[in-house]
Amino acid sequence: MAGGGQVEKRVRYKSSVKDPGTPGFLRLTEAMLLFVPNDPKSDSKLKVQTLNIKSQKYTKEGSNKPPWLNLTNKQGKSHIFEFENYSDMHACRDFITKALAKCEEVPKKSAVSTSTEQLSIAELELRFKVLRENSELQRLHKQFVESKVLTEDEFWATRKKLLGQVSTGKSKQQVGLKSMMVSGIKPSTDGRTNRVTFNLTSEIIFQIFAEKPAVRQAFINYVPSKMTEKDFWTKYFRAEYLYSTKNTAVAAAEAAEDEELAVFLKPDEILARETRQKIRRVDPTLDMEADQGDDYSHLMDHGIQRDGTKDVVESQNDQFRRSLLQDLNRHSAVVLEGRSIDVESEDTRVVAEALTRAKQVSKADGETTKDANQDRLERMSRTAEMEDLQAPQNFPLAPLSIKDPRDYFESQQGNVLNEPRGAGALNRNVHEAYGLLKESILEIRTKGLSYPLIKSEVSFEVFSSLTQTISTAKNIIGKNPRESFLDRLPKSTKDEVLHHWTSIQELLRHFWSSYPITTTYLHTKVGKLKDAMSNTYSQLDAMKQSVQSDLRHQVSLLVRPMQQALDAAFQHYETDLQRRTAKSVGGSSSERPNGGV
Amino acid sequence: MASVASKLYSDDVSLLVLLLDTNPFFWSTTSIKFSQFLSHVLAFLNAVLGLNQLNQVVVIATGYSSCDYIYDSSLTPNGNFESSGSGMPALFGSLLEKLEDFAAKDEELSKEEEHEDRIASSLLSGSLSMALCYIQRVFRSGHLHPQPRILCLQGSPDGPEQYVAVMNSIFSAQRLMVPIDSCYIGTQNSAFLQQASYITGGVHHTPKQLDGLFQYLTTIFATDLHSRGFVQLPKPVGVDFRASCFCHKKTIDMGYICSVCLSIFCEHHKKCSTCGSVFGQSKLDDVSSVSNKKRKAPDT
Repeated sequence: MAGGGQVEKRVRYKSSVKDPGTPGFLRLTEAMLLFVPNDPKSDSKLKVQTLNIKSQKYTKEGSNKPPWLNLTNKQGKSHIFEFENYSDMHACRDFITKALAKCEEVPKKSAVSTSTEQLSIAELELRFKVLRENSELQRLHKQFVESKVLTEDEFWATRKKLLGQVSTGKSKQQVGLKSMMVSGIKPSTDGRTNRVTFNLTSEIIFQIFAEKPAVRQAFINYVPSKMTEKDFWTKYFRAEYLYSTKNTAVAAAEAAEDEELAVFLKPDEILARETRQKIRRVDPTLDMEADQGDDYSHLMDHGIQRDGTKDVVESQNDQFRRSLLQDLNRHSAVVLEGRSIDVESEDTRVVAEALTRAKQVSKADGETTKDANQDRLERMSRTAEMEDLQAPQNFPLAPLSIKDPRDYFESQQGNVLNEPRGAGALNRNVHEAYGLLKESILEIRTKGLSYPLIKSEVSFEVFSSLTQTISTAKNIIGKNPRESFLDRLPKSTKDEVLHHWTSIQELLRHFWSSYPITTTYLHTKVGKLKDAMSNTYSQLDAMKQSVQSDLRHQVSLLVRPMQQALDAAFQHYETDLQRRTAKSVGGSSSERPNGGV
Repeated sequence: MASVASKLYSDDVSLLVLLLDTNPFFWSTTSIKFSQFLSHVLAFLNAVLGLNQLNQVVVIATGYSSCDYIYDSSLTPNGNFESSGSGMPALFGSLLEKLEDFAAKDEELSKEEEHEDRIASSLLSGSLSMALCYIQRVFRSGHLHPQPRILCLQGSPDGPEQYVAVMNSIFSAQRLMVPIDSCYIGTQNSAFLQQASYITGGVHHTPKQLDGLFQYLTTIFATDLHSRGFVQLPKPVGVDFRASCFCHKKTIDMGYICSVCLSIFCEHHKKCSTCGSVFGQSKLDDVSSVSNKKRKAPDT
């Protein structure tokens, strides 16, 4: 009855539950499901693509119902097959399950192929974004890609890094917690009745669980075995309501009556344990008891205004009270901790359990220190420094010994080996020289300042030479980046120069990366690039001609390296072309390396 | 230095300390006579004093073997600007007198000197130190003081043996925020002066025509510090950063440096002559490579 690729069973086909059914054969293949009625005249022949089957239901063995298999297709229509026995039905069910699994794989594959397409759409968007943000790149893109010098892919191939940077910037940021306090959730009242409504979202639930481990524990314990989730939250907010009324007597009374409610009203035991744990880890030299005296909220007129009433601590029924500071501290601790679990679930229980697990892990981490007390003592002895017990800190030291400071500050004139510039002549002339000097001084004393002090022509010469040195020093390109020659060009010229420079760089990068030419594709690419480059070259010449004469020299200095770079590329192109033509002429045989063009 | 700044006049009152090169060996070789040079300088000084009534000028003679103050305008009584008939302000009479005395004394000292094979350099380090001492005294006295600057009028070549002293003076000036302007009228170029002006933020210039010296002086070096913020002054294209070695006082652009006290040597020593540190055996000695030598090249 059953082949490798198909299963055939005797069934009754029912279009609905009440339909008595048409007897016939059910033939299952991987691709489709075929029902052939026994009566060839019957029109209940059925053909269902496996792909279209959405779900299957079946009756359980041992129940009173006959073995039915109910297949629902994607249009929502159901086909019911009644089998002769359960084993038949199970065989068919397994087959369909397998077939369905296979069918799912296939669409998955196609989904993958479409996703690459989608990915490239995403990448396209990315490219557009990069272009939008970088106008220079946009110009280049326009110039080369739209004029078909480069293809889109070639253009981007050299800029993968740019795209990568942008895409990594999109990485998902971990979302923190809201800083709103849970106790800030105010119920909405409808005004007519005494009913209050609390709106719970999964985020609020998460926050409650994170801030109040006791509530979390209670949830795990009670829901759903003892009460429904709704009852649980009702009770919780009943407790919160009691807090907010600050009527501790009522709270105490209700807690005595209702043990579940008491869980919410009592101080959080788990939290207290955690706090004790934390206190144990505080630096042992810190005197925490001393800080307790700093609390003066018990004094008159001290305290914190909250909800319009002062938070004055009363000693009676203390366990049913929480101070605002406790709430604040706990809340800030949770907010700072951030979202410690990665569960994005609507199911409250899952969240609660995950949180508990996370806590246990961190607690286990904390308790790995095998002997906390020992550790405390060690830390205490480490931090408490006793100077007289410490080893003397003698670092190896070599004092700087300048034996005779005069060695440093004065010259050792005896050592002078320098060529004494005409020392002998000098000696002879000492007297003569001083004589001349004195004579000069005498001369000016008697004759006074020379008149005219300076000739006007000399003055003029000095001025013009000074002006020239100042202006040339200013013009030296690159000496001072702020005073670069580029800034003195008119803006359009400057932009043009800069744009030429970037486009030449782009072209040259593609040009040189195409060598050695191994495919016809590269050959045509190099040809296109060479044309574009010679185009740019002539544009450079034109630009040089068009600038004002006083700037022309400087502009040509700027343009020269560009043209040199282009010349080098042209030369390489020519020699390579010659070499290749010579080769192809000489070597007429098919022995061309790399399958060259 | 905030206290110094608050003591300054609000505007551009200057204290100009002029270091006058009176090295006879230099002046016996120049195209321009010392008397001509002096008349340019005296006219310039007069101009500086005329620029602001509160301006102050101090002249220090830089000789071959000594240096001395030869003029201080604050010591000369005011209102003595009358011409003595010889076409020269009377106040410079005392300057010339002192200069003459100084030259005589300098000659005496140079005769006593034992090392006669010294380069014919002036005692720049000495006059720089004197100028800085004077400025320091000005800083410490009075409620208000003029903005000091130093102008070196130098023609003699650098004395490499003065390298350390000159550099120390330069760094002191830098600390005091006193710019050292330099006008080099000699034939070579002076690395000392270039570095001094570069480090202290002063102006260095080498006039091309000495007969137009007055024009150079008034155009470039008369600019007070306040106005320098608005005036384009000639900038040197590069600075000669070469140093002198401590062992032979040679001017070198590459050498060895003691890692302890930063003394400079032109060749490898086993021991630093300044601080006595013993150097490890350099592996590069055999290879005679220069790769570990620090380069101090002229920055041109």
